[in-house]
Amino acid sequence: MNIIRAMTLMSVLFLAVLLFTIINQTFGYAIIETKIKPVAIIGENRKLTDLDKLELVEILQENITTGRFSTLERDKSMQERSRDDIYDLVYLEVLQPKIVKTWKLWDSLVDSKEIKQEFAEDYPDAMLIFKSWLSKDFIQNAQSSKPTEAGVRTALLGSIWSILVTILVAFPLGVGAATYLEEYATDNRLNRIIQTNINNLAGVPSIIYGMLGLAIFVRALSSITSGQIFGEFANSSDNGRTLLSAGLTLALLVLPIIIINTQEAIRAVPDSLRQASYGLGATKLQTIWHHVLPNALPGILTGTILAISRAIGETAPLVVVGAATYITFDPKGLFSKFTTLPIQIYQWSSRPQVEFQHLAGAAILVLLTLLLSLNSIAILLRNRFKK
Amino acid sequence: MYLITERMDLKKRPRPFETLVRSFLFFCAAFSILITFGIIYEIGKEALLFFGNPEVNMMEFLFGTRWQPQAGDFGILPLLNATLTTTLFAMIVALPLGLGVAIYLSEYATKRTRNLLKPVLEILAGIPTVVYGFFALTFMTPLLRSIFGTDVVNIYNTASAGLVMGILILPLVASMCEDALSAVPYNLREASYGLGATKIETALKIVVPAAISGLASAVILALSRAVGETMIVAMAAGAGAKLTFNPFESAETMTGHIVRISGGDLSYDSIDYNSLFAIAITLFFLTLLLNIASQKIVKKFRQRYE
Repeated sequence: MNIIRAMTLMSVLFLAVLLFTIINQTFGYAIIETKIKPVAIIGENRKLTDLDKLELVEILQENITTGRFSTLERDKSMQERSRDDIYDLVYLEVLQPKIVKTWKLWDSLVDSKEIKQEFAEDYPDAMLIFKSWLSKDFIQNAQSSKPTEAGVRTALLGSIWSILVTILVAFPLGVGAATYLEEYATDNRLNRIIQTNINNLAGVPSIIYGMLGLAIFVRALSSITSGQIFGEFANSSDNGRTLLSAGLTLALLVLPIIIINTQEAIRAVPDSLRQASYGLGATKLQTIWHHVLPNALPGILTGTILAISRAIGETAPLVVVGAATYITFDPKGLFSKFTTLPIQIYQWSSRPQVEFQHLAGAAILVLLTLLLSLNSIAILLRNRFKK
Repeated sequence: MYLITERMDLKKRPRPFETLVRSFLFFCAAFSILITFGIIYEIGKEALLFFGNPEVNMMEFLFGTRWQPQAGDFGILPLLNATLTTTLFAMIVALPLGLGVAIYLSEYATKRTRNLLKPVLEILAGIPTVVYGFFALTFMTPLLRSIFGTDVVNIYNTASAGLVMGILILPLVASMCEDALSAVPYNLREASYGLGATKIETALKIVVPAAISGLASAVILALSRAVGETMIVAMAAGAGAKLTFNPFESAETMTGHIVRISGGDLSYDSIDYNSLFAIAITLFFLTLLLNIASQKIVKKFRQRYE
């Protein structure tokens, strides 16, 4: 009995340790050093934080190349920018901060004295901050090779775009197939084969779908998925490794799951409803459209959301289909190269530098938050459904 | 006269729109068969190109001990061996713990603890595999290295990947085993209590044996999941095919190899590219076989009690 209870506790412990490991990576002390000392620019007696906006603009203009300055000006003119905004620019562009050393959350809490001592002794010119790697900037910034500036915006947008494609394709197909199997299909050989086949497809490893996507969408249909036949010549170098291919591949992957979940939802609709509808003279289609599907809708949506959250977390098939690992621009449409949140996590965590491990931790928190909110919607729907 | 002709017209009225919708829905259902054909045809086609290549022969593929595409060696054993090693470690974690959790849930847990425990399992099952890969790299590997020594345990090793994969599979095993245990009729338990057996004796000696085929199908499905699992092994088990029986060394699994090679720049006409499909089709049939076996056993089990 005690052993069994201990085993059960252990699975709870796994979840706790897993979450702790991720949070541990996401927060903690960091020592930041600037490549150029503020003293070298404004002299001994003044502090950068005391300067007003005009002085800061001046410093910016003097210390970066004119090309870079006009790029910044084009993004947003200097008049429109606030003082704090320009201060950040000076900090990033002129002083060029660099992270020299980081600690994880646990060490930061337990050894904080030692850390502060080490900082005081070894890094006199640097700055010790308690850094949250997950921040507003982290979500808004594009991918970058500098860990201080890197963010997940491109990856997040890539995830959203590909999931939209997935939903648009898999939801109608899945609900259609489930409706056929539950409402129309008689118990004959063909329908039994279809049903068995769907059950088997649900167990096929996701990487196989990736290979299928590579063979069909990326290669065989590359003229469609790269947008060539739609006149998208600008992107033709993407040769099929596009958001469209990714979304379609994920659609194939979640289709069996959506079908199975929808079938369960339709099966839960009481037969008396159908009989009553027929009794009033409704045709089969009218019965399905006006009674069966609306009644099964909460269940269908719950099942679909669960399938979609599986698709959001999928990594392997997208690596195979050809997600680009380093992309700094937002996806512009279906025919763009893409990266997604899990791909970004994969890429960051396989880098040797510790800073990227922290970034991976932060990106995982973003991903888990996304999944958690999706799942809460599903649970809310399920609870409403039960009443 | 009019009434009679009306009554005689008993034929079903044609409803073209309904027929159209019905055909569309049938197409949706049949689409899944297209997917299966797509997998077998497209992946099989590339795999045949691989086996048709003069550099490759079937015997070498199945029994060769080296996988080095640059040198023209295509023996799947090193990859298969790494897959089996990680699977073995995953089973060591997932089977006993999963069965333990299932016994607890079905035999001991009060309604309140069930309501607490089920979401934990659901969350564990819903976490993306790339997160588990990260967990293996940043928690399990350092843990193993601090226990067994950094000179014994490689930074990338199959043990760490396998153990974490076990955690990933645990919820699946737990929920399938729980289904199997709760399907055992209650009068079996009561008979056992009546003969003076304790609760744990009843659970282990009556309920578990009675549910054995359901449990077996859970094990097989877990095996299939472990064999096809990709991201954890791609991140934590290491790169480069190597035939080793030491779980603390790095070795590349079948899935890990596919991900690493296809993630790089790959020419579509190379034998490397085709070889990935040969691995994929092997993987597909392996998991298909396991899945079918699992379903067969479940079906038999249902017939026994219903």
